Amino acid sequence: MTIEYEDRSQKGAGVDLDAPDEVEERLKAETSEGPQELVPLDRTDPRELAIETGGVLRVPESMVLDPDARDVSFGDGDTMILNLGPQHPSTHGVLRMMVELQGETVLRSKPVIGYLHTGMEKTGEALTYVQGATNVTRMDYLSPLPNELVYSLAVEKLLGVEIPPRATWIRMLMCELNRISSHVTWAATNGLDLAATTMMIFGFRERDLVLQFFEKTTGLRMNHNYIRPGGVAAELPDGWEDDVEVIVDTVGARLNDYDELITGQPIFRERTEGVGVIPPDLLVALSATGPLLRASGVPWDLRRSMPYLAYDEVDFDVIVGTVGDTFDRYAVRLNEIRESIKIIRQILEKMPAGDYRAQDKKVTPPPRARIDESMEALIHHFKLFTSGIEPPAGETYVAVESPRGELGCYLVSDGTNRPMRMHIRAPSFVNLQSVPAMLRGGLIADMIAILSSVDPVLGEVDR
Amino acid sequence: MTADRSFAAAPRALPHDEIDELVGVPYQNSLGDDVYFPSRDGYVEICEALKRAGFATCRDLCGVDYLTNPGRALPDGVTPQRFEVVVVLLSHQRARQVRLRVMVPEDDPVVGTLFSVFPGTENMEREAYDMFGIRFDGHPDPTRILMPEEWEGHPLRRDYGMGRVPVQFKEAPGPR
Amino acid sequence: MEPWKGLESLSHNFLTGRLEDFVKWSRRSSMWPATFGLACCAIEMMAAGTAEYDLARFGMEVFRPSPRQADLMIVAGRVSQKMAPVLRQVYDQMVEPKWVISMGVCASTGGMFNNYAIVQGVDEIIPVDVYAPGCPPSPTTLIHSILTLHDKVRSGEIMRRRRQRGGGAAVDLASEVPGWTQPLPAPVRIGTPR
Repeated sequence: MTIEYEDRSQKGAGVDLDAPDEVEERLKAETSEGPQELVPLDRTDPRELAIETGGVLRVPESMVLDPDARDVSFGDGDTMILNLGPQHPSTHGVLRMMVELQGETVLRSKPVIGYLHTGMEKTGEALTYVQGATNVTRMDYLSPLPNELVYSLAVEKLLGVEIPPRATWIRMLMCELNRISSHVTWAATNGLDLAATTMMIFGFRERDLVLQFFEKTTGLRMNHNYIRPGGVAAELPDGWEDDVEVIVDTVGARLNDYDELITGQPIFRERTEGVGVIPPDLLVALSATGPLLRASGVPWDLRRSMPYLAYDEVDFDVIVGTVGDTFDRYAVRLNEIRESIKIIRQILEKMPAGDYRAQDKKVTPPPRARIDESMEALIHHFKLFTSGIEPPAGETYVAVESPRGELGCYLVSDGTNRPMRMHIRAPSFVNLQSVPAMLRGGLIADMIAILSSVDPVLGEVDR
Repeated sequence: MTADRSFAAAPRALPHDEIDELVGVPYQNSLGDDVYFPSRDGYVEICEALKRAGFATCRDLCGVDYLTNPGRALPDGVTPQRFEVVVVLLSHQRARQVRLRVMVPEDDPVVGTLFSVFPGTENMEREAYDMFGIRFDGHPDPTRILMPEEWEGHPLRRDYGMGRVPVQFKEAPGPR
Repeated sequence: MEPWKGLESLSHNFLTGRLEDFVKWSRRSSMWPATFGLACCAIEMMAAGTAEYDLARFGMEVFRPSPRQADLMIVAGRVSQKMAPVLRQVYDQMVEPKWVISMGVCASTGGMFNNYAIVQGVDEIIPVDVYAPGCPPSPTTLIHSILTLHDKVRSGEIMRRRRQRGGGAAVDLASEVPGWTQPLPAPVRIGTPR
């Protein structure tokens, strides 16, 4: 039984711009000195606009510790700055929020990050290209395989090497499975934040199904180091079609459970509908991507618009929301799980036979059995794992659609066996810029729901 | 709930045919991507022109330190400097990206900010300042973002060490 | 009225034992962890609390957000330079007796990130009782480390060492007590006996 999503595009979230009186009314603000007219949006300097509508609190991060040291006035003192420290139960990692509160209403806010900064871009310059995937995979730890994918695609573009079709389809299968596991984990932690603790148990149960398949294929439950430049690390195990079919059938059936448990539940609807509305043009200006952008109505999905791997050969829909509130972000992710299941069923039918990695001896190691037989194979293996691949000098930017948005890799090679610069464009890092605009005017309880719906993963925010 | 039309991949014209400000800016085709090399002074105007032409989003902005590789392949008219600011802009309608590489000298690492054109570059520019020391003139919050505020040094510069701690491997104890 | 036969005749109504055994039993049977999930290990720690691996059977599924209400801090993930003072502050806010499990290689030694940004082992900041290796350790490894800690509490060895070494804050007695030498730890049996 699936819940019918009603058309919420007519529910009032905006102003009817054809009725000038209504606009006039909203432009007058009541202050303690009488009504005051606000300058309309189109006459405001864009920088001021971003500061005003963004609602970003621009104060030094240590300000909360010494209120007398601040040199910015905040009005007549009935606002306070609250610090939601890096250690808090909302399980999205070590994000610190400084919020300016008036009573329980949030005025301006500032996400403070850096508590998980690992120096991964610096580490990437010290590791060879073969080792690089181990480093990149730990950035977005809820969906490690797209990280490895974007790095491998960037290296392969610099090398100019062709990947066999089976490797491409295996990569697509693993990334879509990872999308399912990431979205159910998000649904679980989102439920926990909104006090639906059963959702936590359900979500992690589904995640464990997918992770057991990953352990069978890649050897690890998380941080797999499976997608490497040249293809994938190992062939899929025997009977993988049955395993994957069990996963998609189970998850597909259980999605209906989630609809009953969460989507139709009045408390959840009250807490998420109309909360954290953000218009699409502001999101585009703030460079947001992924389900955050799609929930506001912009149908931008890299898998459809700038296809990579074999996404132009499978049929799926781009899920788009209407109002751009927290409920839409939840609904977009839930339906993306359904689309991923659709893609995986097509992969099950269409998976081509062939090699799981490129046969180029300078890029991928030979099979281990051949090392005993052939001296050449031994030397290639040795060279690859000690000095590694040496792509020609150049630079490239490659992007994929991770469950959080656009994950990009800007790779600069100087002809040696280590990257000269590896920069990862992390979707959560950029999506966090939209958070102050969404929090403005809401309550603290809404803040938890909104932060959770943005789905930040601090590993990739801080890198 | 699903979109029956999205930004489909479609053939599109090269930007420098349409945007006058891009004519005359050195160009390079890097593995199929369009890369332009605006000068440090004209770079914000070019971004504004590209935004008017439809490149409404900044996909990525990062810094690069070419200390160890000064002799990279650049088109004529571009003098290599130590730092580069790389900006990738995206047009949703055209499903196309454009890359800009701005040379930033080591002795005067200042460049104009793109915050007024693309507010989404705020965090990215802060990271470039934190990691490389490239200052963005006019940025509303030019403070460190990833490292602690009182940290000295810019970690991603090529002359900044890894900070490795030497690890001594001792022989494992035998069975008890 | 029947003559008094002694406590042996009442064995089905009374449970007798030493006070310290009861204290140790209660300490290890409901050791509440504080949420200190930092990175990838945090997800495996959460998975250990859910249905497949179930920490509730050890009385530990309530992760307390407030350190004042928690006994155990599982440092799950890599500790960066910016996070280190926060970690120390949260540890100080916990009330004795408190224990620390360092989960994963990043928390134990800095892991694969031997660089400027990561503290090379959380034991540079706080005293650790059990180290759990893995990147990330699977929930079964985490449960094994928890049971090891339970057994240390059960055998009393951990509190003995603390009294000798001056409490959980790792005060160094060798510099204060002349002639003091560190005793060898007693062997630990793995698994909680029934």
